[in-house]
Amino acid sequence: MFKKKECIAMLLAGGQGSRLHVLTKDIAKPAVPYGGKYRIIDFPLSNCVNSGIDTVGVLTQYQPLVLNEYIGTGEPWDLDRSGGGVHVLPPYQKSSGSDWYTGTANAIYQNISFIDRYDPEYVLVLSGDHIYKMDYNLMLKSHIARNADCSIAVLDVPMEEASRFGIMNADENGYVYEFEEKPKHPKSTLASMGIYIFTWKKLKKYLLEDASDPNSSNDFGKNIIPAMLQNNEVLYAYQFDGYWKDVGTLDSLWEANMDLLNPAVPLDLNDKAWKIYGRNRITPPHFISDSASVQNCMIAEGSEIYGTVDFSVIFADVLIEEGAVVTDSIVMPGAVIKKGARVEYAIVGENAIVGEGAAVGARPETMDNRDDWGICVIGPEGELKSGEKLLPKEMLSKEEGIVR
Amino acid sequence: MIKNNAFGIIFANMHDDNLHELTARRTTGSVPFGGRYRFIDFTLSNMVNAGLTTVGVITKQNYMSLMDHLSSGRNWDLARKRGGLVFLPPMSLSDTGVYSGRLEALCNILSFISSRHEEYVIISDSNVICNMDLSPILDYHIENEADITMVYKKGTVDNEDGYESSVFEMDGNLITGISYYSKHPEETNVNLDVTIIKKDLLIEICTYAKSKKLSSFKNDYLVHNLHKLKICGYLHKGLSLIINSKKDYYKANMLLLQENVRKDLFLKGRPVYTKVKDDFPATYGLSSTCKNSLIADGCQIEGEVENSILFRGVKVNKGAVVKNSIIMQGSEIKENCSLNYVVADKNVSFSKESIINGTEKYPVYFSKGSNV
Repeated sequence: MFKKKECIAMLLAGGQGSRLHVLTKDIAKPAVPYGGKYRIIDFPLSNCVNSGIDTVGVLTQYQPLVLNEYIGTGEPWDLDRSGGGVHVLPPYQKSSGSDWYTGTANAIYQNISFIDRYDPEYVLVLSGDHIYKMDYNLMLKSHIARNADCSIAVLDVPMEEASRFGIMNADENGYVYEFEEKPKHPKSTLASMGIYIFTWKKLKKYLLEDASDPNSSNDFGKNIIPAMLQNNEVLYAYQFDGYWKDVGTLDSLWEANMDLLNPAVPLDLNDKAWKIYGRNRITPPHFISDSASVQNCMIAEGSEIYGTVDFSVIFADVLIEEGAVVTDSIVMPGAVIKKGARVEYAIVGENAIVGEGAAVGARPETMDNRDDWGICVIGPEGELKSGEKLLPKEMLSKEEGIVR
Repeated sequence: MIKNNAFGIIFANMHDDNLHELTARRTTGSVPFGGRYRFIDFTLSNMVNAGLTTVGVITKQNYMSLMDHLSSGRNWDLARKRGGLVFLPPMSLSDTGVYSGRLEALCNILSFISSRHEEYVIISDSNVICNMDLSPILDYHIENEADITMVYKKGTVDNEDGYESSVFEMDGNLITGISYYSKHPEETNVNLDVTIIKKDLLIEICTYAKSKKLSSFKNDYLVHNLHKLKICGYLHKGLSLIINSKKDYYKANMLLLQENVRKDLFLKGRPVYTKVKDDFPATYGLSSTCKNSLIADGCQIEGEVENSILFRGVKVNKGAVVKNSIIMQGSEIKENCSLNYVVADKNVSFSKESIINGTEKYPVYFSKGSNV
């Protein structure tokens, strides 16, 4: 039996996140670890449940094993429900043939029957790529009050940054009249956050029409939104005010983690009123030894610290041996940093090993040419052998060795 | 492998009197330990790791926090259709109120015991911190055709307040005698209160005990039947910390600061399960220092922490110094405080500039919710 819902969420989690390179070689972007104990997908899932949305379809496609297993029945996010809950929706074979999800709109189109089960008035479309806390219920209330057919959440960005985003041009009442993808000369600073609320009846109509167009790339931004604009549907730009970070690149992923160590950044994950849920590890509290020196950092459970850690995010079950120094870096779950190793401005992937005396990354001040500097990354299960060096901007993959 | 051949029974209450402030408002089983656990987590995890899928928890009084902690048993994989976690709150046959001995308690849950289909029962107290593989112990019980198998360790006895521990006299692997000592400086066989017995035999014993109004398993029954039954002892060689006093409690927690102790207790293959709390990882501020300490999620450390155990969500403000202490969940140590040898229960607040010095032998205890 399916309960009728006012609004259900569809979470697009199928992307590869190719700009995360070694980190997403074997897992989908939303499954990438973040913030010491979470995975990126914990944010949209927690936002849903905290907003009162108890039915979420998660559309997976790229390397979904870790993500599917992680989501499970949804119990950690309180989404293990009898008349709703979280459902993982991979592409599937039908009697009329099968198709991978060819675009964001196509993914929703292929799951119309899932949505129809709950007969919702509204559908919230999210992506699993961003770090932010948001009450979707407020956006829904605004969508209803404004009689909108589609509401797009927007963030006011600095004009210098506007050309990186999909920009909404809206009138003084917030109604959108034009949408420009990465405009060279932006007419406004309202950047689309990739969060939409649609009135389901309307969206369904446009999805069906779009599906029958062989020239369409079946994408919300490229096809659905422009089509709705052309037909004078009511599109509203819902302004969001708060921390929002796209973690699609290695640099932004690193920055988003480091932001957690900065008290000036307005992302409070210690907020009891808006908890971020995730699957917890079964491991004891972390241990700081006599030989350790730990400053200005975050450390998750199960880790054993015998070395020096400064301005870094250390995930669970990490071992940092005596004499090892980790600064300005992210060390993901299960990694080992051996004696005397140095890790600076780096991302060390899950279960990776940095050998004794090895050096990962460097401080920007030490580079002769500042353009040569960047974050360096060790992919999951990668091993940097004893005494070896991984230079800034280099990546170490388990299968392919060092790549640039 | 035990799998489906045994079910468990845990006494959550047997040592309430010894732990004073710690058990003033909670059962022994729910006493916090090691930064994020409660005593019962170790006993329960041992059973679950050996493949038991049904565990009855016998409680007596003050069991609200225990019920809250265990809930449906989900965190130990015991939220099952077939069996799972079963709460056995107090009931007494006599009019004198709640039961006093283990045997009387078992008699009261006879219907639960009879309803189980498994052949064997593993009965355990909840005041021993250890990671014990119960599978080989059941195998040993079956191979030796024992009527009862009781697990022990090699150790000495040095109790406070005259509390008496039970020790075994043995002949080979048979238990031939049970004695009680509050002090026993020579190494002996100390009872770990983990007992394996065939379900049918347990029912027989309980039926007999009911008719004779017997209360204590060891004193009223076992001691009189040592020669009639084959009672084997099984030596547990791994680490086991028996907590019979506040002194034992403090010492056991502090032992966790040693790497070999953590390695023995927190095995990857047999993890210790506990209730999940969605806390944020611990954060260390600019002026913080931390040495030789065990720190749980949710802690915010701005001051100095040394040789201490901080449970979840403890806040140590700037200038505060915490040494040789055990600080439980949610407590806060405000600016410029100085704590040395302190055990603080949950949600204790230490106001600015307080100075509290206990000693290694006599740490200062603060009960739940105190404002100091």
